[in-house]
Amino acid sequence: MSRIAGRFAQLQEAGRTALVPYLTAGDPEPAATVPLLHTLVRAGADLIELGVPFSDPMADGPVIQAACERALAHQVRLRDVLDMAAEFRNDDAETPLILMGYANPIVAMGVGTFAEQAAQAGVDGVLVVDLPPEEADAVRHALIDHELDEIFLLAPTTTETRIRQICGQAKGFLYYVSLRGTTGADRLDMEDVAERMKCIRTHATLPVGIGFGIKDADSAARAAELADAVVVGSALIDRIQAATDPHAAATELLQDLRAGIDTADHPGGAP
Amino acid sequence: MPHASFPGGYRWPDTEGHFEEYGGRFVAETLIRPLDELAAVYREAREEDAFWKAFEEDLAHYVGRPSPLYFAQCLSRENGGAQIWLKREDLNHTGAHKINNTVGQAMLAKRMGKTRIIAETGAGQHGVASATVSARLGLQCVVYMGSEDIERQAPNVYRMKMLGAEVIPVTSGSRTLKDALNEALRDWVTHVENTFYIIGSVAGPAPYPEMVRDFQAIIGREARSQIQERAGRLPDLLVACVGGGSNAIGLFHPFLDDPDVRMLGVEAAGLGLETGQHAAPLACGRAGVLHGNRTYLMEDEAGQILATHSVSAGLDYPGVGPEHALLKDLGRVEYTSATDEEALQAFHLLTRTEGIIPALESAHAVAGALQAAREMPEDAIVVVNLSGRGDKDIDAVARREGLSL
Repeated sequence: MSRIAGRFAQLQEAGRTALVPYLTAGDPEPAATVPLLHTLVRAGADLIELGVPFSDPMADGPVIQAACERALAHQVRLRDVLDMAAEFRNDDAETPLILMGYANPIVAMGVGTFAEQAAQAGVDGVLVVDLPPEEADAVRHALIDHELDEIFLLAPTTTETRIRQICGQAKGFLYYVSLRGTTGADRLDMEDVAERMKCIRTHATLPVGIGFGIKDADSAARAAELADAVVVGSALIDRIQAATDPHAAATELLQDLRAGIDTADHPGGAP
Repeated sequence: MPHASFPGGYRWPDTEGHFEEYGGRFVAETLIRPLDELAAVYREAREEDAFWKAFEEDLAHYVGRPSPLYFAQCLSRENGGAQIWLKREDLNHTGAHKINNTVGQAMLAKRMGKTRIIAETGAGQHGVASATVSARLGLQCVVYMGSEDIERQAPNVYRMKMLGAEVIPVTSGSRTLKDALNEALRDWVTHVENTFYIIGSVAGPAPYPEMVRDFQAIIGREARSQIQERAGRLPDLLVACVGGGSNAIGLFHPFLDDPDVRMLGVEAAGLGLETGQHAAPLACGRAGVLHGNRTYLMEDEAGQILATHSVSAGLDYPGVGPEHALLKDLGRVEYTSATDEEALQAFHLLTRTEGIIPALESAHAVAGALQAAREMPEDAIVVVNLSGRGDKDIDAVARREGLSL
């Protein structure tokens, strides 16, 4: 069983929803990332998404775009992100680690080389934002060869036929983009999300996470009513960026979110 | 007789929008359905004679087509070698070829019941063309433009505002065309329900490269019949500048199956290819994924997109339309480049000899044509796409020469 599947099985047994923080690797500087990842785990992260900085992050809002620019100013490249993953994995054998980013750095490295090195670094899953299933064949084969989970997005605009098709290809978990917009946007309509989640649940055998627009205990609690995992990115980066002590700030936000999530009834929709 | 490379005729893209390994649809999941809807509406519309009749009607009476094909005798004599003919897209309404495409896409926007138009722009010509069709159809229009381009193309910014468009400065990344495209994609993802995104070049995710090509192919169809009528034969060489490459594809496409017609695309060599300060991905780049398609890109060895440089804002882009990537690999089109300096010389030479002030983008095509024509016999025919007029550039040219207007 993969580390991602194992973690969701544990959470399911405990009746808990996963808390999944996102950080852009190398932001605000390369040395900050691995210590912050350990802090996130201590503060209650169940899985971690590590963003690979890209010069043109088209699906991200201003917060993550700025984070990418700060990391790139320090010359942080995909290879460095894999080194950070390996360093994290040295001291943490348990927490699933998912790389999230855009296709071009992976294409530039070569999909086979990337999959091999990501697996060696202890990465568990990969989410390529601008790689829909139709264009993902080469990457999918490489990831399967190295036993990495390929995680796909579902959107409010995804048709039911397509939801069924993506559910058939996805591994690890499904990531529902809970609003029409970029990361960090502020217009979460929970009724709409609930409606869509119901449809996704009829086709999904994997756990389903909700991301985009989660920023505090309240929004996390409402998302946790519906989902097996709650993803938080922009709000976390914002807090870290504004704080004099980033570790304290990250801990405080994650503990708030954790408390919010634990007030919700776990949907128990996953196997 | 079809071109030897294309038994059975030129046939790209496939139904998924792939030009062999290039093109495709590399976008976040949210945009898949709007792209599917757009592709379906376009496929339906293009089968209807009435759609093309309405399109051509607008091109005739609103845009002013057909644009003339002008034999630039003085320029040809001054340069020596082949005859240089100019396809005068600069005489279109709004001053460039961009309007052909915006007229077509605006018809699709109406058909889909969209009430809001967004566009990205570099030189401002596509922004002006989008604002123009939006004004005419009573659609709200938002144009994203890099803050550096806003600086160097001020007259076009004011034109867009007069036309009722909102111009949003983009201050992220390199603050030029690529960043404007990122911002427009972000806007679209947020407002997909009521918004139509008019992409200005043969770039972006499928179906844009094919659709924009089909709207711009009017340039080549006209040029083909005009030169046959005037010279009694097809040209020997076609020349066009290539940023994203819509004016070039528009001219080239109707000739791709003519084996004796050579084609030359001219990229922006900026300060010189050897300096790295240029915008010539076909000359120096490699295949990668950006802005929804796979194509040649200017990127570092780790796949981060590089900042580009060109004196011409419209060519200042690190990618190129995926169909150009295929045509390069097939060897059907030859690609070369012209530096800022060569483009400026061509700009002045055309202005002085013919009384025609070209856009700096088009001046790159003229520079490439001048060089090619010198190597060709006097009875050879070169057709250059004069894709836009230079009014928007005179401030920038004056500034470079130490003058202030």
